[in-house]
Amino acid sequence: MSASPAYGEEKGGSGLGEPEYGHDPASGGIFSSDYKRHDDLKEMLDSNKDSLKLEAMKRIVAMIARGKNASDLFPAVVKNVACKNIEVKKLVYVYLVRYAEEQQDLALLSISTFQRGLKDPNQLIRASALRVLSSIRVPIIVPIMMLAIKEAASDMSPYVRKTAAHAIPKLYSLDSDQKDQLIEVIEKLLSDKTTLVAGSVVMAFEEVCPERIDLIHKNYRKLCNLLIDVEEWGQVVIINMLTRYARTQFLSPNQNESLLEENPEKAFYGSEEEDAKEDKPDAASLVKRKPYVMDPDHRLLLRNTKPLLQSRNAAVVMAVAQLYFHLAPKAEVGVIAKALVRLLRSHSEVQYVVLQNVATMSIKRRGMFEPYLKSFYIRSTDPTQIKILKLEVLTNLANETNISTILREFQTYIRSMDKDFVAATIQAIGRCATNIGKVRDTCLNGLVQLLSNRDELVVAESVVVIKKLLQMQPSQHSEIIKHMAKLTDNIQVPMARASILWLIGEYCEHVPKMAPDVLRKMAKSFTGEEDIVKLQVINLAAKLYLTNSKQSKLLTQYVLNLAKYDQNYDIRDRARFIRQLIVPTEKSGVLNKYAKKLFLAQKPAPILESSFKDRDHFQLGSLSHLLNTKAVGYQELPDWPDEAPDPSVRNVEEETSFPLESHIGLLGEHREVPEWTKCTSREKRKEKVEKPFYSDSEGESGPTESADSEPESVSESESESGSGSSSSSGSGSDSGSQGAESGDRSEERRKKKKGKEGPRKAFLDTAGSNPSEEEEEEQGKKGKRKKKPQHEGKGDSGSSWEEGSVSESSSSESDSGSEAEESQSEPESKRRPTPPSSKAAPKATRKGTKEISLLDLDDFTTAPPQPASSPSVVSTSLVTDLEGLSLTDTSLASTLLSPTFSAVRTHELLHRMAGEGLSVEYCFSRQPFVPDPHMVAVHIQFSNSAEAEVKGLRVCAPRLLPGIRLQEFPEIESLAPGDTASVVMGIDFSDSTQAANFQLCTHSRQFYVSIQPPVGELLAPVFMSENEFKKEQGKLTGMSEITEKLTLPDQCQSDQAIVQRVMVAANVSRVPCGADHVYRFAAKTVTSGSLVLITLERKDGARAQLTVNSEKMVIGTMLVQDVVQALAP
Amino acid sequence: MIHSLFLINCSGEMFLECDYFFEAQEKATDVENVPPVISTPHHYLISIYRDKIFFVSVIQTEVPPLFVIEFLHRVADTFQDYFGECSETAIKDNVVIVYELLEEMLDNGFPLATESNILKELIKPPTILRSVVNSITGSSNMGETLPTGQLSNIPWRRAVVKYTNNEAYFDVIEEIDAIIDKSGSTVFAEIQGVNHGKPSCAIGQINNPRLLDDVSFHPCIRFKRWESERVLSFIPPDGNFRLISYRVSSQNLVAIPVYVKHIISFKENSSSGRFDVTIGPKQNMGKTVEGVIVTVHMPKAVLNMNLTSTQGSYTFDPVLKVITWDVGKITPQKLPNLKGTVNLQAGAPKPEENPSLNIQFKIQQLAISGLKVNRLDMYGEKYKPFKGVKYITKAGKFQVRT
Repeated sequence: MSASPAYGEEKGGSGLGEPEYGHDPASGGIFSSDYKRHDDLKEMLDSNKDSLKLEAMKRIVAMIARGKNASDLFPAVVKNVACKNIEVKKLVYVYLVRYAEEQQDLALLSISTFQRGLKDPNQLIRASALRVLSSIRVPIIVPIMMLAIKEAASDMSPYVRKTAAHAIPKLYSLDSDQKDQLIEVIEKLLSDKTTLVAGSVVMAFEEVCPERIDLIHKNYRKLCNLLIDVEEWGQVVIINMLTRYARTQFLSPNQNESLLEENPEKAFYGSEEEDAKEDKPDAASLVKRKPYVMDPDHRLLLRNTKPLLQSRNAAVVMAVAQLYFHLAPKAEVGVIAKALVRLLRSHSEVQYVVLQNVATMSIKRRGMFEPYLKSFYIRSTDPTQIKILKLEVLTNLANETNISTILREFQTYIRSMDKDFVAATIQAIGRCATNIGKVRDTCLNGLVQLLSNRDELVVAESVVVIKKLLQMQPSQHSEIIKHMAKLTDNIQVPMARASILWLIGEYCEHVPKMAPDVLRKMAKSFTGEEDIVKLQVINLAAKLYLTNSKQSKLLTQYVLNLAKYDQNYDIRDRARFIRQLIVPTEKSGVLNKYAKKLFLAQKPAPILESSFKDRDHFQLGSLSHLLNTKAVGYQELPDWPDEAPDPSVRNVEEETSFPLESHIGLLGEHREVPEWTKCTSREKRKEKVEKPFYSDSEGESGPTESADSEPESVSESESESGSGSSSSSGSGSDSGSQGAESGDRSEERRKKKKGKEGPRKAFLDTAGSNPSEEEEEEQGKKGKRKKKPQHEGKGDSGSSWEEGSVSESSSSESDSGSEAEESQSEPESKRRPTPPSSKAAPKATRKGTKEISLLDLDDFTTAPPQPASSPSVVSTSLVTDLEGLSLTDTSLASTLLSPTFSAVRTHELLHRMAGEGLSVEYCFSRQPFVPDPHMVAVHIQFSNSAEAEVKGLRVCAPRLLPGIRLQEFPEIESLAPGDTASVVMGIDFSDSTQAANFQLCTHSRQFYVSIQPPVGELLAPVFMSENEFKKEQGKLTGMSEITEKLTLPDQCQSDQAIVQRVMVAANVSRVPCGADHVYRFAAKTVTSGSLVLITLERKDGARAQLTVNSEKMVIGTMLVQDVVQALAP
Repeated sequence: MIHSLFLINCSGEMFLECDYFFEAQEKATDVENVPPVISTPHHYLISIYRDKIFFVSVIQTEVPPLFVIEFLHRVADTFQDYFGECSETAIKDNVVIVYELLEEMLDNGFPLATESNILKELIKPPTILRSVVNSITGSSNMGETLPTGQLSNIPWRRAVVKYTNNEAYFDVIEEIDAIIDKSGSTVFAEIQGVNHGKPSCAIGQINNPRLLDDVSFHPCIRFKRWESERVLSFIPPDGNFRLISYRVSSQNLVAIPVYVKHIISFKENSSSGRFDVTIGPKQNMGKTVEGVIVTVHMPKAVLNMNLTSTQGSYTFDPVLKVITWDVGKITPQKLPNLKGTVNLQAGAPKPEENPSLNIQFKIQQLAISGLKVNRLDMYGEKYKPFKGVKYITKAGKFQVRT
């Protein structure tokens, strides 16, 4: 307020100022174009009071807003760029950005301030300095900008990195020579893992280098997974870009259908793939053997975008809709209709754009919108442009079944006040009539009735449409033609008159008496007609002359003479031309003979089609599509490739350790897929099996389900990451032997490449990878090399497994005799399934204690002493240990084995967001739970990504269903920010897949959580011999036996693959078996100890039969399902 | 992306001129008929019309039109939020804040911060008190630090929110869209619902999720829980927000709470006509229908109306030919009726079309679809917050054809 009196007076003095419109000096602006007035502004800017400066700046900004030139204040303003007051500063920035281009020299004065700002500890200041610096369009500072962007791209704050991404297109538009350097920055930022940056950098990518699709490969899966958390504007850009990407990288999901359809060229697909197969055994063979298998990455994109259809932002919904339209298999496109219909409730501008797109879609996929037909009904209050678009959609949707309702609707529309709309409706009726033969006569009758409408526009439009309809079947409708001939007296609209005349001329043989009369009337009024009518009169005259020269010869002469002196040269030309053509003279040649043929040739009926036809070659939702012309900067939507490019380019090399640099307050964010996209564990399982690669590549659920992923290696890496230590020396020493091994395995591995994507992908999110520019093949190799620790795990476990099985099988062979004796000696123990479990219990405890001691011996102190944290060490040493303990063979026979293929698929218990920074994951470690053998051990990992310590983490108030028991884990006293801790708790699910619900309490909060086990986790492996197995199986027949036939996919033809898949699905152990094509597995339920026996028998070819024997029928049935799914392709 | 932005009022004056746009504006008879996307030789103009102001953005290259339209609406929403109204005067009075806002919302044409919470932390909305305080203390309207929401994954909520009273109110507002034809049968009806809410972490449960044909969510809703358990679990933003919008499809029978009896006819050659409209309640589950307003766009030939109403008052705008009848509450005992004669232009032919009636109404304490918020649990609060749910059924685009 202090300032206002001062200038208020002055203003009164000068009296020249423009009317004051803002009375509040803080919010408005008083200004004047008077030059002198700027002096006081300058003074105010030079003063040392912030309030005065602010006032001055506000007035200046108000001037800019009014479009007044304030450039002469530049020097005074620029001085204030270093002002401490942040509001003044911001307004100075606004001013600078506006005028810097005009006053380049002076603008340079401010640069040093920004350079200082770039180093400011406050991220907001760093960011805004970069924003302004990059907005100053002065070519001389390009190098400075480049440097600033590069620096900001590796800033700690994601916000600053985001700003850097925004700055890239600005610099590019200023100096496109910087492209190469900018691409480097883009590449770097593309690998950023924060959602904040993702949208902005893709935007920059689209502006600078949309053709460099190769930069996306490495980031594709990450972008898909992050998508849901990206801010909405970024989502739009990313989805549009990914649509284009997917078009270049994947095969058309509809190619089978298009094969069947009209597209004959595509029939060559098959042969092409035949050839392709030789070159690319990986990708092409996949395509060839099955007609079409969707690339898992393709599926990933479709699934991760689907929830966004629920977005509140219309642009996002539209983006997803177009993605589905362009990329999804036909059967799945339907989901977008609902969301698009919803958008019709929105603002009229949104409706306009959406309807344009719906119109295009409804031509190709009519069925999609049919259920929503009524949503396109027109209200009298709709703006005309919306009405016409809705009409278009209704017409496109019309088919034999709904045409009657649509026509009834149309009848209402015809009575509307809006004449443009009525005309459009009549045309729509015409289109319906041409498309649907059944209603053609009805429509025609309706239209004829309209001919007696009082409104001339309606009549005229009807005439035009009727003309088109009649052309299709003129012979049946001479009555209508007669009726229309009569109309010439009344109707004045030129287009309609012209149409009638044409009709009469064309079908003059149907109205032989009336035609000359019409011509007579027209000849009379010829001079007063519009040009278009005159031309048709000449036409009519010519045609009549040819068919009925006796009556019309003179009339024709007369008309042609009139036309000869017409003002319009077109008409004069036409008259001259026709005269030469039809009136025989000595000079006229052969043409004369053919005049009749020329004029009365059969003319093809016009095809009334939508103006939206073929618009879909533009990417839907784009500006170009809306305008139906290519807009500047439009990126063509590429056609599907004939054969898929190598999918392995999207594989990302993984690192075993976490990047130390993490996002502020969002630790661990990148490890998990946003909560939305996950489904419950059971659902996931099912889906997994249907589309095996897809969920693997999702990476969220942990790597275990794919055949050769190794639980050991994962848990190793987890423990490493948890402790933050570098990789253990043990694995390092192993790598040599692994290298040797990898040679022979490489062949096999290539076959299983697909399967391996799972683990590899699992690391995608965890690895802080810097995508290198190496060639793709090299990357493949590199990926392999980098994956070594994992392979070691594999090698380890593979050997351990082999070792185990060898020793076991040998022992089982050796003691088959003794066992027989034993079985005789202990008959009851075999009959009932309980003895093994009672036997196993002490074993298990012994093993458990052993483990712990082993852990202490090994250098794993950094990791929390959980049995699950180092199973590889345990399992290998356990076997030797057991041998060392010289256990008798008999005892081994029913030992509960430590599982070789444990499922370390982690499930989310509490999402970071729900837990206010505390995120909790759990997995079934498949270790026996030491305190109580009837419980399933659940390995829970807490990580605290909040800023505060979490204290007193414990379980409380379990609300359990009857029978379910729960052994709580010891309270975690405190968990520092950024820390993780793991515990094991035991849950007795009482052999059901009911969820165990309980609360997780911290010192301040409590969260409701629930753990639901897959059926395979309710089992504990049991070792038994084949004989024993058969014996037990013999007891469990009838109701307890469930058989299922299945077909084994190509991926699991090998013994190993089958065994692994089964063992991943359920916690069972394999029973050594003499027969070649029979696999047997045994386990018992954890709670009641009932035996569960699985037999898988391979028949000829890929067919197989699965038998599960179990007393617990429910478990048996569910297990069958799970195993079948595990073995599905 | 968005190259520049212009605000233009109805008569076509404001910030800067934009010839092509005006040309199109002149061509269109009605403001609503200005095409949202106009192509010019060098630029593309994308405009929206809100509260008598055209927001026109100029773009130079390909960009999804909805992207721009949605953003412009967001800008208009923000103005509304800041200034209470999005009018020409409000914008003129706050030009500086408008500039500051746009500066934050756009960076080089790409939307930057559009979440109102973030913006409000960066730039405080103008209040009389604040402007007084600012001019005395010299403090500014600008936030000095980066808004925390900008960095988090939940940008709609500020990091530390403290309220003296913690309340959660939910408004379930349902709108009935319907077209009723001449004979009184429903051509098309559907219900659009909106759930508005106010703060705290909460889980809401609604009685019959299957009712909802299609939903769209505020980003705060956890989609996964909705998918699996049909429970709305969310960390709500501060202040008012639209939690979910949903659509109850026309497949489920929609109960239409009112009926209309109407006779609108024009006599041939006598330049007069009859107008008789009665409105009555039906199927409203014992609740009264309130705030009933009937609007009729009469044909152009109508000169004047001479009517009497048994209830409420009516006005006729002879320029726009719109008759508005404010009925108020409907009491079933005495049905409101509006009756009288219509005077037509002498000599004009009898109007062909029959006008359609647009009806607005409101029913308190009723969600016509039968939707209910069964439970509302809040977590993470030590004290018991106040919770409340309110139901309103309104007419949306409710049209009766005659």
